[in-house]
Amino acid sequence: MPTFVYMTQCDGCGHCVDICPSDIMHIDKTYRRAYNIEPNFCWECYSCVKACPMNAIDVRGYADFAPLGHSVRVLREEEKGTISWRIKFRDGRIKDFVSPITTQPWGEKIPKLAEYEVPDEKELDSPLLCHEPDGLKVDGGLPTIDKSKFKQGVYY
Amino acid sequence: MGFNTVFEECDILVVGGGMGGTGAAYEARYWGRDLKIVVAEKANIDRSGAVAQGLYAINCYMGMRWGENQPEDHVRYARNDLMGMVREDLAYDMARHVDSAVHQFEEWGLPIMRDPETGRYQREGKWQIMIHGESYKPIVAEAARKSADKIDNRIMVTHLLMDESRPNTVGGAIGFNVRTGALHVYKAKTVIIGAGGASHIFKPRSVGEGMGRTWYAPWSSASAYALPIQVGAKMTQMENRIVLARFKDGYGPVGAYFLHLKTYTQNAYGEEYESKWYDELKSMVGPYVDHHPTPTCLRNHAFVREVAAGRGPIHMVTKEAFQDPHKETVGWENFLGMTVGQAVVWASQDIDPKYVNPELTTSEPYVMGSHATCSGAWASGPEDLSPDEYFWGYNRMMTVEGLFGAGDALGGTAHAFSSGSFTEGRLAAKAAVKYIRDHANDRVDVSDKQIEELREQIYKPLENYEIGRNEIVAGTVSPSYILPIHGLQRLEKIMDEYAGGITVNYMTNEPLLKRGLEHLRILQEDLEHIGAEDLHQLQRAWELKHRALASECVVHHTLFRQETRWPGYYYRGDHPQLDDDNWHVLTVSRRDPESGEWTMEKAPVYHIVD
Repeated sequence: MPTFVYMTQCDGCGHCVDICPSDIMHIDKTYRRAYNIEPNFCWECYSCVKACPMNAIDVRGYADFAPLGHSVRVLREEEKGTISWRIKFRDGRIKDFVSPITTQPWGEKIPKLAEYEVPDEKELDSPLLCHEPDGLKVDGGLPTIDKSKFKQGVYY
Repeated sequence: MGFNTVFEECDILVVGGGMGGTGAAYEARYWGRDLKIVVAEKANIDRSGAVAQGLYAINCYMGMRWGENQPEDHVRYARNDLMGMVREDLAYDMARHVDSAVHQFEEWGLPIMRDPETGRYQREGKWQIMIHGESYKPIVAEAARKSADKIDNRIMVTHLLMDESRPNTVGGAIGFNVRTGALHVYKAKTVIIGAGGASHIFKPRSVGEGMGRTWYAPWSSASAYALPIQVGAKMTQMENRIVLARFKDGYGPVGAYFLHLKTYTQNAYGEEYESKWYDELKSMVGPYVDHHPTPTCLRNHAFVREVAAGRGPIHMVTKEAFQDPHKETVGWENFLGMTVGQAVVWASQDIDPKYVNPELTTSEPYVMGSHATCSGAWASGPEDLSPDEYFWGYNRMMTVEGLFGAGDALGGTAHAFSSGSFTEGRLAAKAAVKYIRDHANDRVDVSDKQIEELREQIYKPLENYEIGRNEIVAGTVSPSYILPIHGLQRLEKIMDEYAGGITVNYMTNEPLLKRGLEHLRILQEDLEHIGAEDLHQLQRAWELKHRALASECVVHHTLFRQETRWPGYYYRGDHPQLDDDNWHVLTVSRRDPESGEWTMEKAPVYHIVD
């Protein structure tokens, strides 16, 4: 799958519909709950699984090569800044992993560039980008090279 | 069709909010305080593009602050990996700026691992740094959201608009809202294409439910190429497709395994096999076989030949490395951070690499410009680095005025990856602001006639279906239309069999390519009769049209280059040797938007560093 949705857990909120990069999570018109309309266009990216507030979405590996009986579950917690995984093998073995997803409170350290001092119009002609040269953290400034040394054709 | 029309006028329109597009939106605000900046995205920028599910490494970071690599080292590395040919001016330019992007990501909250001894970023290899990047995309998306005036999610851009008072000048873009069906018309002074490269133009190894588990995202539908091709922009190196050696079925990446975990490959009988194919490769590519590191395509060649010789499967030897609990954790988290599907495959097949050496495979080909190959639009370089003939006024501007690109869209800049694509977006955005300042008195002129003609084309698949559906009782078989999945499968079969896909071991030749072009021409005719049942299928229909047009370009380029430059990516059976005397050049194409005729030319490779 691909992803599938448990009937008793989904409340039809549509978070998965909103986030799916492949546009394959849709709301079933009869049951008012989400489902995967096109499993063969699912990348198993888990974006919908992570976004589901009801933990209603799971993945069953692609039928053409993944035998039944496994699961890879995930819990993404923005407030804690972590993502937790549980891998269950077909034979029942389990592996758990936890990783950080951010080092900062969500979004707070991302600047609003509209509030920065307005750059001089002449700076448009320089090759420097916003935050540069300081953001490169090098002494010599932005590197460049001497055009007269260019060579053409087969060279090495 | 009774859909609303939504008009939007803006200064900078960013098409596609992946890494390149978010970088463009971010930087554009810094230079263009008073400008209106809009992003049109097919999905939702929080999880769109190739980085939607995250990354476990940033593959392009110089580390200039610690004296690790300089931009010229990157140029040497990228051109070596691509058998001598990249746009070195563009590559150098990206490389000299990329560190500042990565430093920003870290400030914003992206967890970058540190080497406990040196305090520097933890290197996976010479170029890669290791990250906990599950939220890489949402973090970067937030930066774009704070800069742009507007983010329009769920807009499938189908065409660019052209200005009608000025020759060869972009006037915006048009598409539809996948949810409401509304036609969205963007009149824009500049357009920056950050759309995706091409998965699913060649038949994938899995053709059932698992066809979506391609290496590159299935939503990378070649819009990066089709949009500029439609308006006659020149393209380069479109023959330079990439084939990936990856873990079988899940296409889990091998970079961290080779570089950080020090795992290695062997054939089914436990033998090292790459050296066996050295003499054969030497006879094909000459001195390139001795370059270090060995170009990726040449390693692929050994893999493909060893399997064809009956000694597959190729295994990754993990059992030794995975005895170290730290390495075992890195091995698994590497997948969970960017290719969860590989963990699903291993769990389902009881493959624990601590006890079993997993199988590898070589993938179907992909065409894209941000990873390790450099297909894409022919663009101007920066003034201070580019040879005169590669500079036409604005960095990253294509051969259409006011049309810029980043990431997969731009040709010649291999090994940019996520951070490099973001950086290219920034470079394009700054140049676009300068373009707008220089053309302050110009007004966008797009007539209603142009819009109405495109409106008719855009919704035609819905009409085809509505009319044709009444002829039949039920089911998917109609004499008057084909569905998007039908067209996609035909395209993949044509490309696979005629242009060097998996079922022919990546082999093609002139007669095959010419026959493939005939099939593609007829497919184009049939795509006029494609039927879409609903708006979702209408998106699929336009994705397919973009893929088909990009494929045509790929075949023309493959036909033009009469040599085998990248054995392991594809072979010209009629020209099995690398030919530096005639083909140490970049290939450049243009499709005439009126006639649909293609012209091909050679462009010189400039080496800007030793």
